[in-house]
Amino acid sequence: MTEVSDQIKQVVENEDVALFMKGTPQLVMCGNSQRALEALRRAGAPVTVVDVLPDPRIREELSALSGWPTIPQVFVRGELVGGADIVEELEASGELEATLREKLGEDYGATEERVVTVT
Amino acid sequence: MTERLEQLLREAFPGDEVAVEDRTGGGDHFQVTVTSARFDGLSLVEQHRLVYDALATPLADGTIHELRIKTKGSQ
Repeated sequence: MTEVSDQIKQVVENEDVALFMKGTPQLVMCGNSQRALEALRRAGAPVTVVDVLPDPRIREELSALSGWPTIPQVFVRGELVGGADIVEELEASGELEATLREKLGEDYGATEERVVTVT
Repeated sequence: MTERLEQLLREAFPGDEVAVEDRTGGGDHFQVTVTSARFDGLSLVEQHRLVYDALATPLADGTIHELRIKTKGSQ
């Protein structure tokens, strides 16, 4: 069994766009997580979701890794983009799409939203 | 609680414009807005980190259930 922290690191480093949120896209449990998810959808981001609620260690280890105290947290290719406020702001200004094009390539596109379970 | 957050922000950003709004009236969902020259040239992540640092205690002890942050530079 891999440690929680290693699993989180793997998601952050290996997924194009990682969203750590409360709940899942099917059942969002927090307003800020909803805002981040919707902003990423508007930008057409290929999102991989981790629900932090099943185990408090996920949130603890994630914040230890990122130095960011709140949920949600969005990463693009391993780099912290921010929480709901920043992602919304960057989406509204077009910078989020520009970042996605720069990091993922001009033809990046939304795939089916994936949910990864960390245990 | 709004006053406590305002005080923490004023201590961290002396002389700058800070505003705290209790979004729901319940004392745990807040919108904070900070305008400071300290944000000039910083990324949004770095700007928000400064606000999180100022509010580290109420964030860690669960006083703040939800926080929305708006930062503005001096320009």
